Amino acid sequence: MAETPIEGPDRPSRLAQFWDGDFMWSFRHAPVAMVSFAIVVVLVLSAIFAPLIAPFDPFNPATLNLMNGFTPPGEPNAFTGDSFFLGTDDQGRDVFSTILYGMRISLFVGFSAVFLAMFIGILLGLIAGYVGGWVETIIMRVADIQLTFPSILVAMLIFGIAKGITPAEYRDQMAIWVLILAIGLSDWVQFARVVRGTTLVEKNKEYVQAARLIGRSRFAIMLRHILPNVLGPVLVIATISLALAIIAEATLSFLGVGAPPTKPSLGTLIRIGQEFMFSGEWWILFFPAITLLALALSINLLGDWLRDAMNPKLR
Amino acid sequence: MFSFALRRVFQSVIVLLVVGLVAFAMFRFVGDPIDNMLGQERTLEDIERLRENLGLDKPFMVQYWRFLEQAAQGNFGLSYRQGRPVADILLERIPATLELAFVSGLLALIGGIVLGIFTAIRRRGVAANVIMTASLVGVSLPTFLIGILLIYIFSVELNWLPSFGRGDVVDIGGWSTGFFTESGRKALILPAITLGLYQMTLIMRLVRTEMLEVLRMDYIRFARARGIKERAINFRHALKNTLVPVITITGLQLGSIIAFAIITETVFQWPGVGLLFINAIQFVDIPVMAAYLMMISVMFVGINLIVDMLYFAIDPRLRVERSGGSN
Amino acid sequence: MKTKALLALTLLATTAMGASAETLRWARAGDSLTLDPHAQNEGPTHTLAHQIYEPLIIRDHSGAFQAALATDWAPKEGDPNVWVFNLRQGVTYHDGADFTAEDVVFSINRAKSENSAMKELLTSIVEVRATDDHTVEFVTDGPNPILPSNLTNLFMMDKGWTEANSATKVQDIAGGETTFASSNTNGTGPFQLVSREPDVKTVLSSNAAYWGKDEFPLDVTEIVYTPIQNAATRVAALLSGEVDFIQDVPVQDLGRVADTSGLVVKTAPQNRVIFFGMNMGADDIANDNVDGKNPLSDARVRKAMSLAVNRDAIKKVVMREQSQPAGMIAPPFVNGWTAEMDASSATDVEKAKSLMADAGYGDGFSIQLDCPNDRYINDEAICQAAVGMMAQIGVTVNLDAKPKAQHFPLIQNKETDFYMLGWGVPTYDSEYIFNFLVHTRNDERGSWNGTGYSNPDLDAKIASLSSETDLEKRNGLIGDIWSVVQDETLYIPIHHQVLNWGMTENVKTEVSPEDDPKFKFFELGG
Repeated sequence: MAETPIEGPDRPSRLAQFWDGDFMWSFRHAPVAMVSFAIVVVLVLSAIFAPLIAPFDPFNPATLNLMNGFTPPGEPNAFTGDSFFLGTDDQGRDVFSTILYGMRISLFVGFSAVFLAMFIGILLGLIAGYVGGWVETIIMRVADIQLTFPSILVAMLIFGIAKGITPAEYRDQMAIWVLILAIGLSDWVQFARVVRGTTLVEKNKEYVQAARLIGRSRFAIMLRHILPNVLGPVLVIATISLALAIIAEATLSFLGVGAPPTKPSLGTLIRIGQEFMFSGEWWILFFPAITLLALALSINLLGDWLRDAMNPKLR
Repeated sequence: MFSFALRRVFQSVIVLLVVGLVAFAMFRFVGDPIDNMLGQERTLEDIERLRENLGLDKPFMVQYWRFLEQAAQGNFGLSYRQGRPVADILLERIPATLELAFVSGLLALIGGIVLGIFTAIRRRGVAANVIMTASLVGVSLPTFLIGILLIYIFSVELNWLPSFGRGDVVDIGGWSTGFFTESGRKALILPAITLGLYQMTLIMRLVRTEMLEVLRMDYIRFARARGIKERAINFRHALKNTLVPVITITGLQLGSIIAFAIITETVFQWPGVGLLFINAIQFVDIPVMAAYLMMISVMFVGINLIVDMLYFAIDPRLRVERSGGSN
Repeated sequence: MKTKALLALTLLATTAMGASAETLRWARAGDSLTLDPHAQNEGPTHTLAHQIYEPLIIRDHSGAFQAALATDWAPKEGDPNVWVFNLRQGVTYHDGADFTAEDVVFSINRAKSENSAMKELLTSIVEVRATDDHTVEFVTDGPNPILPSNLTNLFMMDKGWTEANSATKVQDIAGGETTFASSNTNGTGPFQLVSREPDVKTVLSSNAAYWGKDEFPLDVTEIVYTPIQNAATRVAALLSGEVDFIQDVPVQDLGRVADTSGLVVKTAPQNRVIFFGMNMGADDIANDNVDGKNPLSDARVRKAMSLAVNRDAIKKVVMREQSQPAGMIAPPFVNGWTAEMDASSATDVEKAKSLMADAGYGDGFSIQLDCPNDRYINDEAICQAAVGMMAQIGVTVNLDAKPKAQHFPLIQNKETDFYMLGWGVPTYDSEYIFNFLVHTRNDERGSWNGTGYSNPDLDAKIASLSSETDLEKRNGLIGDIWSVVQDETLYIPIHHQVLNWGMTENVKTEVSPEDDPKFKFFELGG
């Protein structure tokens, strides 16, 4: 799964520069950032290694016993006598295992959607900024419209269409990919705007003009000279987009266009859990919700710190 | 100026047509309206007859063209579900959504600006940092969950505020308002908070950043050096300069407030256009869905157009860039 | 707190002044679709209509007939093709007009007309004639012993009022039109319309001139009806005392509602059975992993799948005891239901596995289950549970749950191989089930038979039911048909639904099996 966290460009010289001095100093002196980072790392790792950590496989229906349903945390089930660390949900699934597997899906959707948005955004932003002319006009026009058009509506539209054109037998697996597409496509504009802005500034700088003079191709110039300059702001946007994407997935699941209940994401778990809020089975909602909160909040805090750290003037 | 405006209007119309096409394409996959319209006892013959009546047997593009033709004349057809003109239904429901959007927008604006200023001025204070962190909690949970939690706390447990609906409304010239009754005002509180929380966080952060930027500007430093009171600097000089971007962003966010109202309205059974849209999806009420999406896109494209025109009028530099860009 | 205040108020009112204005605030998940009583054949629409309009006959909370606008009815002596209805005298509409036989003739003809959603229930009626002001004869195309069952949701409109307002044609919902009758009412019922905003709020007040005001409690004098879609919000509204009466209480919240002081829950079996259908007619099915043959066409496989379903576990966990495990696809209210057939629902995974092996599917197969997620009580959760149970016998189920508007067309268009369906039986007779679910699909019958099952012998028996006047012989035929349906495991029955109404404790009512509260029966107080 493509769940490697974004760690900046793959060029060591740039990387070293990036992590150098100011940045790390700021990180070491921001306890909130460090704690957030630690939480995110722990959650991401436990999602990646879910099959090793989780005591049960909640996605394998053959292992479920419906009679285990609604077992409270740490107490034995009244019928089967089985006991579960964080209790079970309405289907007798171990809540702890389901959260780990669900987080895997949420993170996968989140990261993939952000990568998609980032890819489209950077590509279009670079082209718009560097090529200019009518190409730029069209790209930025589309971006303007996309920006005003609410993301959840875009996502619902895409979901509706994609679900319709997918053959029935693939729908179950498709749901995840459609979510990624829907969230990713509604989120690329910010990247494009930032990248275009930076490109406009950079392309007139001497080193770029020099590169052009020595006959470097447009593509090479964009990739080697302009792209590295935009990675800072892109990283900030990506972090915040990641939190947004995870929340968006949850929201879409409330509207009935999320991950299927047999392979639930954190959002689907919360949607199911909220049905049991009045009935006393608090753990079905509480643990997934607190996990989502911890995940999204840590990412947001990290993004927050990152933004300030990238903008030394504010320190 | 005129040719620019004309070009933008033309572009906007194209956008509307595309949005309409995409929306229309979606309807085919939302479900089959026939199913909700005929009872359990229907026969296959009934189904065919109905399909023909509705024009659903026609090719997709023909249906779309027919819709556009009618829409251009302000006729969105009749709701399959209610059997009434869609335009009437939308007009009936719009006040509820606009009032909710207005109150939550106001809440977001005032709360956001106040908290933004506070956190900027007391940048290193404990309270400011707590607020900054706490504000993120609100955006780290999905809206529907926040709404349901608010209902649980304030309606079920504390019994302070109503859990659904608009309370009593007063009809003023076709506009139903909840502002003039106590139950109407009470009913607004929870939905408005639910809806406004995200925007409030956004505005607060924006104000804070802008304030911090402005506060390090030279003229503020000069003002400080001249011995002008800190309070005056903060409010008269710094705040004034942060408001322009804040108001622009708020304007652009109006669209997303109305879109997110879909969720808030569903949770609180708020009788606005968002709930209407969700009901329409469930019933595959194509005329209502189409009209809603068209209405929303007209609104968004309109807002976009106005913002653009204003910029164009205000900022001469843009004129050069725009015309340069489109040559 | 509000509830307590209301209670105190009620006590005060009943002790000090006797009957006084009593508002009942009522919420359920959906709203009525139209006020035209013949334009839709659907639960919430009929429920609202029942307060304003009346049919000739109604069903009480036990499902038994009760006289409404007709006082008595019987087949005509000497002519089995004719039913005679004697009408109630001295009944007036809300606008003061008298209710007469002419109105019945008019209303039935209206309900038989093209746009009516009720016409399928009236196909056997050839003619309706008024023999005098308060006697009506229904002529059918053959003896129709169950005609009265088809009239319990058939509302009577005033001929004069309807014609004067040019609403004679039934509102054509499909053609998208509104008529005077779709937004105005003039019935004979216990309540009259005060105001209505579809999907938002409907207010009714009691009809002072109601014919039955001495016969029924009629404690409720005003009804405020608000649809609340989101289940949690609906329950919250009851818990916080903002409404007095809700339908569709989610099963998990029954305990909470019942434990809240001042609130009670009433439960009763509903006239609806939930089951799975299987596409056994096709030679090969698309949604499985077996090529060239259809595992579902083997009765042993169907039997095995039925044996794999643990109905008790579904009842205990998914439904929280709020269901009645089923062995046949007829609710106990229905003529033709037997306890023996309904009991044949034991779980036996070992036997199921050996049946699978006998049929050559010892290693199982995979298939997609199509399921609605907004139609029946916990529909999605039941399907999810079934996924686990099918896995026990090697059947890998891929669940696709979706809104009803997307689900039902699949059954209609034969695009599903394994699906969930629920069936209500408004006529309380097996014929209704056979016509729609067992008969070979053709233009007239079998429109909901998504199994592809076709048995000409059975079809002939089903067709003969409608004109068989000898009840004993007819019941014998019904029994024969059921035994084939059971032997073939045509469907996998799950359970009979149970209805739950939540209310403040001063509301006294029984739950009706059709889920249609008739507020004239409601008592309020202490």
